[in-house]
Amino acid sequence: MSPTVFAQGHTPRIARTSARRSVIPGFGLTLGYTLLYLSLIVLIPLAGVFYKSAGLGLEGIWAIISTPRVLAALKLSFGAALIGATINAVFGTLIAWVFVRYTFPGKRFFDAIIDLPFALPTAVAGIALTALYAGNGWIGQYLEPLGIKVAYTPLGVIVACTFIGLPFVVRTVQPVLQDAEQELEEAAASLGANRWQTITRVILPTVLPAVLTGYALAFARAVGEYGSVIFIAGNLPMVSEIAPLLIIIKLEEFDYAGATAVATAMLILSFFLLLVINALQAWARRRHGGKP
Amino acid sequence: MDIRIRNVHKHFGPFIALGGIDLDIASGELIALLGPSGSGKTTLLRVIAGLEFPDHGQILFGGVDMARHPVRERRIGFVFQHYALFKHMTVFENIAFGLRIRPRNQRPSTSAIRARVLELLDLVQLSGLEQRFPSQLSGGQRQRVALARALAIDPRVLLLDEPFGALDAKVRKDLRQWLRDLHHKTGVTTIFVTHDQEEALELADRIVIMNGGAIEQVGPVDQVYEHPRTPFVFDFLGGTNVIAAELRGRRLWIGDRDIAVLHDSIHPSGPVDVYVRPGDLRLADDTAPGIQVEIQTVHRAGPIVRITARTEATGQPLSIELPHLHHDVPCFTVGARLRLRLMQFSVYPRSLHIPERTLPTPILIGRERTRVHPY
Amino acid sequence: MNTVSDGLPQSPPPSPPGIQHHPAPLIERNSAITEPAWVRWSLILVALLFLLGFLLLPLVTVFVEALRNGWSAYLAALTEPDALAAIRLTLLTAAIAVTANLIFGLAAAWAIAKFEFRGKSLLITLIDLPFSVSPVVAGLIYILIFGAHGWAGPWLMDHGIKVAFAVPGIVLATIFVTFPFIARELIPLMQEQGTEYEQAALSLGASGWQTFWHVTLPNIRWGLLYGVLLCNARAMGEFGAVSVISGHIRGQTNTMPLHVEILYNEYQFSAAFAVASLLALLALLTLGVKAWLEWRHADQLAATRRH
Repeated sequence: MSPTVFAQGHTPRIARTSARRSVIPGFGLTLGYTLLYLSLIVLIPLAGVFYKSAGLGLEGIWAIISTPRVLAALKLSFGAALIGATINAVFGTLIAWVFVRYTFPGKRFFDAIIDLPFALPTAVAGIALTALYAGNGWIGQYLEPLGIKVAYTPLGVIVACTFIGLPFVVRTVQPVLQDAEQELEEAAASLGANRWQTITRVILPTVLPAVLTGYALAFARAVGEYGSVIFIAGNLPMVSEIAPLLIIIKLEEFDYAGATAVATAMLILSFFLLLVINALQAWARRRHGGKP
Repeated sequence: MDIRIRNVHKHFGPFIALGGIDLDIASGELIALLGPSGSGKTTLLRVIAGLEFPDHGQILFGGVDMARHPVRERRIGFVFQHYALFKHMTVFENIAFGLRIRPRNQRPSTSAIRARVLELLDLVQLSGLEQRFPSQLSGGQRQRVALARALAIDPRVLLLDEPFGALDAKVRKDLRQWLRDLHHKTGVTTIFVTHDQEEALELADRIVIMNGGAIEQVGPVDQVYEHPRTPFVFDFLGGTNVIAAELRGRRLWIGDRDIAVLHDSIHPSGPVDVYVRPGDLRLADDTAPGIQVEIQTVHRAGPIVRITARTEATGQPLSIELPHLHHDVPCFTVGARLRLRLMQFSVYPRSLHIPERTLPTPILIGRERTRVHPY
Repeated sequence: MNTVSDGLPQSPPPSPPGIQHHPAPLIERNSAITEPAWVRWSLILVALLFLLGFLLLPLVTVFVEALRNGWSAYLAALTEPDALAAIRLTLLTAAIAVTANLIFGLAAAWAIAKFEFRGKSLLITLIDLPFSVSPVVAGLIYILIFGAHGWAGPWLMDHGIKVAFAVPGIVLATIFVTFPFIARELIPLMQEQGTEYEQAALSLGASGWQTFWHVTLPNIRWGLLYGVLLCNARAMGEFGAVSVISGHIRGQTNTMPLHVEILYNEYQFSAAFAVASLLALLALLTLGVKAWLEWRHADQLAATRRH
């Protein structure tokens, strides 16, 4: 079988050598376009941020990040995202369980609604959550007398982070629960395990990699979230101001260096999270590799 | 532990999985539940285990009715078809599971658990693999881990669902022998489900043949094989040829030939079907009673020759397995005519004929079957 | 009431055999592996309350607030010139971004699914990269390039091309944040389908393009639609990235989400919610079609799904 015509083009050498034996055409064209488009839209612009921040030097970046206002914003962004992801890990797993294992009226509808945070524009979610959790809102009016203020406080940021991250956990755990063999639970029961032991020792360990992956995904999304957060946050400097908003404020002050430094800190964390997610998935594959 | 099953019924929606099962199993027996898919054999096993509950009926373990007790109270060892090993646990943790989850006052000490697990690993010949994960084991090894895990809780009865179904032919043969030995060593009452008649015949003390949610026949392996009570059982235990015949008094006629006298027949005269296994046909000389066939295909398979032929008297197809003997070979050509003797056969009234082995059959009442040796 | 640990409800005494034709199961089916009814219903209740508070009520709020001042105010808010301009810009942006990412998604999926090459998993990771970048940072990176103080900005502006604070910037930022949607739907799907169909078509004498049009595309069309659907929802709704790069010029660089923000910040709440309700309707439509696709064409969607 001869190499395809397209594969003669300007493709990276490594790629071409290993694809040579394929009879299917279009390798050079499609991979070339993929790499070009990826570079132009994503890689080069992102590299620009690092190039710019490299100009600041480590000390320069640190000087900007270590100002109290930036630190407070980063702390809030990460803290709220972490708490939101934790809430989602717990309730998302519970929701996935309920949807996989039980039948109840309206199940189909609620199952479809779970994806709402993916489909609803973040700004819309932001103003809706604000209206709902404000002191005169449907939910806020019951929380306010209890002394719980949600809107315009860090608690509001957590609520928004929970909203935005929920589907990540549910949709990661759901298929794993779906595929979990009932035989495993029957085996545990036949060996004398009660229901609680079966759940904690057999089912949860089986879905744990999925829960952690969903947790990391929800966290990654919530850290950088802007639209659904800024309306409900109140944006008080040092109290309820999130890191992405700080980037915008610095940009509006034409403080490009400051904006870049904060962005770099966030990007590095995001890439780290991406690595963690990939490692988790690799771990899950290894652990559940091979046939049952 | 002896097990008695009394009038057990189980339905799933409109489907009747078990239609009134009665069965006695003696302590220490090795029993096979054999039947086609949908015959109820797996449901029966699961009902005994407590993984399903019967609609009504009793499951007596040593005289105590366990039918309403959940599986975890029954102390049974269940080996699943796909083993159901806990993937996130090592081999050691899998086997120790049933002991570690016991309430504190009944739980053996850590060292006792360790000793028990190592002893079981030795029994199933997997010593040294205790730190492996299930994904690092071969199919046969997983099977043995599953067995060791089930044995760890010192079960009163061992239940195996298609224990060799997921293994390849070679491993399957080795494990069969090994399971027999293991049963001999442990003496645990063992029930296994299979759809493979060869497996059942080779392993079990007694076999239970099931069909359409009912038991067709129970008995020691040889007895069931030699004396199938119904055409279904005959058909299920190996290949079958059916030849239309007629009973006139005690004489059996195929076409215009009188081929046998049935000494103990209580069939009324009339049309009957003769069931004969491919291996129970032999070449006959011209003077002996027998049937005339015409060869259609010849296929040599090692020590035997497989022939398909047409019965001249009735036009029915016939498959024949003959030993591959040199002096016979010249006659085995397509179109040649052979004369065959029916070494062993069964006769059933024509109405009992079952065309499809997977079709559930009604429970046959007053069925008659006569077994004769041809003269 | 039974506790979780003591297991199953006590069975009623067995009914006399032969009387009932369809006796109720004495113990719930699969009782070995399910919880008592009160545990089940408590869990269902908790799950639904959570979904109600976090998802359903916010959605309902949008429509209630939008109609607070009546239908005429609602329609007026939607037909106001700035709102119409925002709708037009949103549609235009989404159309360009979805098309661009569709072409990319097909190319990337073809290269990755049909061929083996080193660095493939790295490439897949890089394609996913925009998902883990904050939308605000996505806007920032283009400002750094195309802004007045950026690397390419001044030169482009000298030649009369404005990217930042203009429509091209909005489109670019939208493409960035929706970059992986279609590709990551198609890659696993086409990997699952393998190359046998294509090889069969080629062996029958089809050209590369014919193979793609007549064999590959029909096999992935529902997956493709699924990816386009999600890509479009995000493209029309993107806020953070667009907010950074748009400059918020009313009637010119205002998309619908930005318009919502402006109205909201001007305390025109019903008008803000009116425009938001259009976006919410879009979201509902997206969810509806998505659910339909998952129900009707599950076989043609990628096995693993995460957004």
